[in-house]
Amino acid sequence: MEGFADFWATYSTLIFTVGIHALLAFSIWLTLACGLLSLANAAFMGIGAYTAALLTLQLNWPFPVVLAAGSMAPAVVALAIGVPTLRLSGVYLCMATLAFGEVSRVVILNLDITGGPEGLNGIPLTTQWWHIALILALVGYGLARLRRSRVGRAFEAIKEDEVAARLMGIDVDRHKLFAFTLGAVIAGLAGALNAHYTFFISPREYGFENAVDILTMTVLGGISSLIGPLLGATILTLLPELLRFLHSYRLAVNGVILVLVVLFLPTGLWDGRRIRAWFERRGGGR
Amino acid sequence: MSMLSIRALSKRFGGLQVLQEVSLEVPGGSIFGLIGPNGAGKTTVFNLVTGLLQPSSGALAFQGRDLNGIAPHRITRLGIARTFQNIRIFRDMTLLQNVMVGMHHLMDYGPLALFFATPACRDAEKSARERALELLSWVKLDHKAALTADNLSYGEQRKLEFARALATEPKLLLLDEPVAGMNPAEKSVLMEEIRNIRDRGYGIFLIEHDMRFVMGLCDRIAVLNFGRIIAEGTPEDIRNHPDVIEAYLGREDAAGAAA
Repeated sequence: MEGFADFWATYSTLIFTVGIHALLAFSIWLTLACGLLSLANAAFMGIGAYTAALLTLQLNWPFPVVLAAGSMAPAVVALAIGVPTLRLSGVYLCMATLAFGEVSRVVILNLDITGGPEGLNGIPLTTQWWHIALILALVGYGLARLRRSRVGRAFEAIKEDEVAARLMGIDVDRHKLFAFTLGAVIAGLAGALNAHYTFFISPREYGFENAVDILTMTVLGGISSLIGPLLGATILTLLPELLRFLHSYRLAVNGVILVLVVLFLPTGLWDGRRIRAWFERRGGGR
Repeated sequence: MSMLSIRALSKRFGGLQVLQEVSLEVPGGSIFGLIGPNGAGKTTVFNLVTGLLQPSSGALAFQGRDLNGIAPHRITRLGIARTFQNIRIFRDMTLLQNVMVGMHHLMDYGPLALFFATPACRDAEKSARERALELLSWVKLDHKAALTADNLSYGEQRKLEFARALATEPKLLLLDEPVAGMNPAEKSVLMEEIRNIRDRGYGIFLIEHDMRFVMGLCDRIAVLNFGRIIAEGTPEDIRNHPDVIEAYLGREDAAGAAA
């Protein structure tokens, strides 16, 4: 028991972070699943985090309400910016969402209520490990159900051929907006949970670098199923820790590993079809 | 009775007049063919009917309902489905999923029903799966339902596109060059499939430039040349129409008549 207490004392932060990252990876999986490259999720996380932290600090609202508000605020923003931007595709959407992310960061940086560059301090540590575990499980289950439903099939159809999807009677614009907004809800939830765990938040945590990190986790893991984002989030959180013995070279080696994975496994680490084919080949050999 | 009515339809792309005052009455329950040389504007007619393009002038009506300004997915829901000249199936999805995508608007369950996997939701998915298998069996692909679509041969991909289009429960099926790139054996198989589909009560409107195929299959034919309709009638009328022979059939018809 004491051994576990030691382990938990040392590694609980890391395990928390894996959970938060997994939520973020799920959030961007939604847009990737219908073929949209959006980099707005770090900003959505930030909006969720600030909304939640301010409601706790200023109004002292109960935690469940704070979490709900932290996920709804980015959803409202997503609906507002999604209608004009989701007409764009490819790099144009990528740039538009990137610009939105920067605007959000600069706004937070310059407002008084957000504490400007100093951020918000003294957020109560309300988030428990089981909050994250429970929400991650619910989100994972919900997305798994979604993936196997008419909506999941519509996402995949849109990703493969938008025109054909339209002519199958699918309202493509509405599905894109839905994926984008639900992604914002999940990212906001991750931000709200994280803010009540780290004691302190600042605009720096929700910038370009984080947007790319979130994308990298999901792309590295693979978007063909929900195991990919989970795997990618876990690996990208743990890898820098596992490489600690390399001291100052660890980030370089971290980068090299990512490049190698993307070069040799372009569909991500977890590609259901590749893994099935591999098992079938082994099964046939016996 | 006419199902799809096209009145004085024109389409310009910049300075290029692609369609000029095209008028057609496409009946339900039979096979109507639109033929014409490459570049005559045939696919543009389909793109206008399905809402992918907006006409420069003229009117489109389906079962008396004006189609002007209606979004493509709504037109599909009204009962017009189509296939594409360059096949556009969902390659990474299984055959079953491909067909089930077509049933999207026919399935109706809310987010809560989905999350809690209520009986209503499971029944909807189950009956969609059964219906998809039935449609795949119409085109004799049910034994491959679990494969991903990129495993199919060219002819099989076309048949999958038929099944997927039928899944939207259309009243009128638009086929854009259904036998392009096929060998004669595959063509005659597909001809049979198209007749079977018509005999099940669907209206069929097809574009083609393989003359032998069209003459043997269609109940009525219209001929499009340089964006204008130059003839319309039964295959027999078209075969003997002087303008058609001059503009399009030429030697091929003479050879066909001799044989």
